[in-house]
Amino acid sequence: MAGAGVREFKRRIRSVSNTQQITKAMKMVAAAKLRRAQERAEAARPYTDTLQDTLSRLAGVAFDISHPLLEKREDVRKVGYIVITADKGLCGAYNTNIIRAAVNAMEEDTRDIEKGIIAVGRKSRDFFRKRGGVDAEFVNLGDNTNYADAREIGQYIINAYENEELDEVYVVYAHFVNVIRQIPTVTKILPIEPPGSEEKTEEYFVEYIYEPSAEEILLSLLPRYIGSQIFHAMLEGKASEFGARMTAMGNATENAGEIIDALTMEMNKVRQAAITDEILDIVGGAEALNKGGK
Amino acid sequence: MADNTFILEVVTPEHILFKDEIQFVVTPAVEGELGVLRNHAPMVASLGIGVLRYTDPEGMIKRMAISGGFMEVVDNTARVLAETAEHGDEIDVLRAKASLDRAQKRIEAREEELNFIRAQMSLQRALARIKAAEGKLD
Repeated sequence: MAGAGVREFKRRIRSVSNTQQITKAMKMVAAAKLRRAQERAEAARPYTDTLQDTLSRLAGVAFDISHPLLEKREDVRKVGYIVITADKGLCGAYNTNIIRAAVNAMEEDTRDIEKGIIAVGRKSRDFFRKRGGVDAEFVNLGDNTNYADAREIGQYIINAYENEELDEVYVVYAHFVNVIRQIPTVTKILPIEPPGSEEKTEEYFVEYIYEPSAEEILLSLLPRYIGSQIFHAMLEGKASEFGARMTAMGNATENAGEIIDALTMEMNKVRQAAITDEILDIVGGAEALNKGGK
Repeated sequence: MADNTFILEVVTPEHILFKDEIQFVVTPAVEGELGVLRNHAPMVASLGIGVLRYTDPEGMIKRMAISGGFMEVVDNTARVLAETAEHGDEIDVLRAKASLDRAQKRIEAREEELNFIRAQMSLQRALARIKAAEGKLD
């Protein structure tokens, strides 16, 4: 019966529009969180920039300094990858892209070495657990990235590096360009290659007093530099995650709208057909009666 | 800018905590306290865990607890980079005292070396926060 067909369509339309409401809400939440994540990234910039400036200036003054975190090792046995993903899904290909970038980087490194994973974020941990395990995991860190977490991760890799459990460390994260573009990025963070200062401004040549000495300041700065680099990657990752989720949920909302339109169209067709059928029946019946009457 | 003031900036990884004109700042440098006035020569100094105090243009002395960082002085701007920094009047003294207790217990328990160092650090941080909050001199 035709009435049953229309009912079925109504049921499906209702179900799709419920989903649409959810994706719409998720999109708006992601947009709000993205704004906060961008503000946090912005707020972190003065620290990172000053740290880099000072470090490059110090590296110029104390260039003959030796420190384990600065030394390139001849004999590399194990390389660590810090892979920063989201804890949750529903953000398009965000997590997959980062994991793929990490796996590619590992496969491209053809040296005969071991590879270790420091997983940041549940998606990263879950994936690498199934693929031979992780060395360390930092999960459920929440939406508001804080420096204490970055410092803890930094401390972990510095310890591992100093104990020669790791000989090189890379961080894999998504660089945030805009809501539709996040670029998976692989950056080496250990051994430290001090940031070179490209533009030597006038300020650069100012003679500084170093208290107690350039060497000692440089040494105390190195672990902080690692911490700030990890923090930066985590902040970028968060902004990317929300950007990706916003786009994914926006697309989902649009798709739901298209499905609703298509279903409504179908439903109307079925209803029209049913009405036409009924009219034909009535007309046919009346016609038959008329003929019988004559 | 008045002729005896300069800019103090206190920056942490998470935000700029303070940026304003001041007359005088004393920072907890690693080898003792280090004061900076206007027209100081360019300098970079390593800072320890402790209390930073500054005199605002009205002559009021204010305090902050800072840990782990350094200060860069150039062009009449003193920029302090610290891993953590808090205004003295925003510090939760009860919490600071609780963490002081915790740290003391851990030190007395004589745990392994790494934990011992950590406990000492958190003891120093707690002490700095209490001092900054209560406005006592070091």
